[in-house]
Amino acid sequence: MTKTLTVRYFAMFREHAGCDEERVELDATTAADVFRLLGDRHGASEPLGHCKVAINDAMADWDSEVADGDTVLLFPPVAGG
Amino acid sequence: MMRMTERPIDPEALRRELLDRAAGAYASFEGWIRNHNDGRAVTRLEYEAYAPLAVTEGERVIREAHERFPILHARCVHRSGLLEIGECAVWVGVSAAHRDAAFLACRYVIDQVKVRLPIWKKEHYANGDSGWVNCERCAAHG
Repeated sequence: MTKTLTVRYFAMFREHAGCDEERVELDATTAADVFRLLGDRHGASEPLGHCKVAINDAMADWDSEVADGDTVLLFPPVAGG
Repeated sequence: MMRMTERPIDPEALRRELLDRAAGAYASFEGWIRNHNDGRAVTRLEYEAYAPLAVTEGERVIREAHERFPILHARCVHRSGLLEIGECAVWVGVSAAHRDAAFLACRYVIDQVKVRLPIWKKEHYANGDSGWVNCERCAAHG
C-alpha cells in the first residue's frame, strides 16, 4: 500500500539526497523498505546495518512498520565523541 | 544528565555539578579535536547532531550507567557545530563513593555515546578536502 511519509536526512544522507527533508509516496511496509527504496532513488549504497532509524522522533528498528503520515528519520553511521 | 551545546565546554564548571559529600572519587573524560586522523592532516571538525534524540539516547545511557555501577552522579555534554583543533568535543564526568565504579561508568558512558547518539562529524583536511567520519569507511568496506 502506498504511504505518504515525511523523510528527514542527516549528514551524508542529506548530501546524497540534496535536501534535508522531503515528502515521499512509497510502497513501503517497514523502515527497511523506506531505506532501500530511497537509497535506490538517491543512488546511495550505505549498508543498512551501519545506519539507524527513528520514526516520529523515537528510535526504531529496521523492521518497525511505517504508517501513513509518519516522519522517518534516516541516520547514517554515527560518529560522536 | 545529557546536554548538547554549541558553546565551548567548561570542564571545571561541570565538575562542580558532581560534587557530593558522599563521593570519594571523580573520573572524567574529555574528547579533544586532534590535528590528524587516518594519516591525514585535519584543520577542523564539524559536528552535526539531531539534538532531540541525542539527548534522549544520552539520558538512556546515563540511566544504564546508574543501573550497572554504584555511582552518585553522571553527566555528559557534547558539542555541535564547527570546532577547532584542541577544543573539547565531549565531556563525561562521574562521581562515586569509590574509584572503580567512577572509572567504569565513565568508560561506559563515553563508549556508548560514541556509537549510539545521532551525532556525525565531518573532517576538514589541510588540502581543502572534507569527509564524513565513518560513513566513507563503512561504504568502502561494506
